[in-house]
Amino acid sequence: MRRRLQLGMLFAFATLLVSCAREDRILRQPPPANQALNTIQVSGLNPGANALPIPQTPSMYEESAHAVSEGQKLFDQYNCTGCHAHGGGGIGPPLMDSNWIYGIEPGNVFATITQGRPNGMPAFRNRIPDYQVWELVAYVRSLSGQLPRGVSPERPDHMNYKPSEQSTPKQPPTGITGQPEQHQ
Amino acid sequence: MNPGGLLAQAAPLDPGRHLILHPGAPQGSHIEWLYWLIFWILAVVYVLMIVAFTRAGARSRADFIQPLPVMKNEEGDRKARWAVGSAVAITVITLFVVLVLSVITGKQVAGLTSKNPVTIQIMGHQWWWEVTYPNPQADQTVITANEIHVPVCTPVVVLTNSSDVIHSFWAPSITGKRDLLPGYSSAFWFQVDQPGTYRGQCAEFCGLQHAHMGFSVIAEPVDQFQAWQQQQLKTAAEPSDDEASRGRAVFLTHACLMCHTIRGTDAGSRAGPDLTHIGSRRMLAAETLPNTRGALAGWILDPQRIKPGAEMPPNSLAPDDLQALITYLMSLQ
Repeated sequence: MRRRLQLGMLFAFATLLVSCAREDRILRQPPPANQALNTIQVSGLNPGANALPIPQTPSMYEESAHAVSEGQKLFDQYNCTGCHAHGGGGIGPPLMDSNWIYGIEPGNVFATITQGRPNGMPAFRNRIPDYQVWELVAYVRSLSGQLPRGVSPERPDHMNYKPSEQSTPKQPPTGITGQPEQHQ
Repeated sequence: MNPGGLLAQAAPLDPGRHLILHPGAPQGSHIEWLYWLIFWILAVVYVLMIVAFTRAGARSRADFIQPLPVMKNEEGDRKARWAVGSAVAITVITLFVVLVLSVITGKQVAGLTSKNPVTIQIMGHQWWWEVTYPNPQADQTVITANEIHVPVCTPVVVLTNSSDVIHSFWAPSITGKRDLLPGYSSAFWFQVDQPGTYRGQCAEFCGLQHAHMGFSVIAEPVDQFQAWQQQQLKTAAEPSDDEASRGRAVFLTHACLMCHTIRGTDAGSRAGPDLTHIGSRRMLAAETLPNTRGALAGWILDPQRIKPGAEMPPNSLAPDDLQALITYLMSLQ
């Protein structure tokens, strides 16, 4: 009886080990293709009866901590911080709150980056390869806690002195007046 | 520069001057002297050990088996004590001498004697070296990558830092290894006496492409060095023909300008190496490829095949655009 229990526990632990797959690091990106993403709905106004479908995101970028941390690095290197700061906003809108002007789906964020938006957001089509845009999308979405917890939104090199954004409960953004800030 | 020489330098079996036994610098000579000293001490110890083992092995076993039971042998004991005692004493003294000489060599290598050094700032990146010749006047500051030009017989003070992980600056023919720590500025110096090109290499494992993180130190007579510096201070040359100006347009409308600087144009990002004088460099991608049209084209199209994991993304360019871009980049002397 005891032996059977031991064997059963051994089997259970072995099963646990099977699920320990190491996350794949996508090193060799497919060469970029210039796909036009013109099917994104930018405003609530829609001609005709059917709303346009939201394109599916390549999920590998949103499930890979490596891709998200690459996005974090590119966010700095491509000077997104110049307007959006580190998510808190400044010249541009903040990215870590729940207020999304042009949509929260990955496809929406992708279109915002590649097409640009009025009042200052430049278009980065042909400037940033598509896979890097998807990495940026994954990072931007992680800022407001849209990604699974296992994919940490920030993996800084210095020591963590505060819990990451995702492991704390969601809080409504507050401006100086204590009210959510309005943009546009 | 002949292409044959460039290819020879790019071949992995001929790494150029990358040996501590052929120093071209005073510090390298000190290190080489210590190396040979320790080598000869160890050689003598090795020979003595082999002789002792051979003698012990050659002695007849009968000598040991005969005198049973064990008898007190006072003279033998005294001899054994002497032998062990003197062996310990010689070992301690030899190690102490080596220690003292190491400290003296270290002091000779570390001590800066001149008051008028050339200052260079070296920033380690995954996986290339950013080289800056700082000057209080911003427009007199030279920024280049992977190729460190220095004047001969002049001390060079190197300020080190790293932007990501720990790297280590090591040019074996010149001086010892120095770590580049992220966010921590430190300094060392070196001096090269013989003109020439000395290869160096990152000596601290720093990620996937650690092995492809080379650099070269190019030591030149002072007037040549100054001429080089004056040339590097200039902004990029204006395109001289239609193809080159088309190449510049390609550079400024594709992903290139997101990371690279060409002074004199709109491209001013600091994420990748400064390309203002890319045409004057011998090698590409941190001593990975010779700087030729073909290698440059391969690198631009698919850097992930040559250095998987490097920051540079693959680019798809139309053949005409690519040719024009390469013509423009090669014209940036």
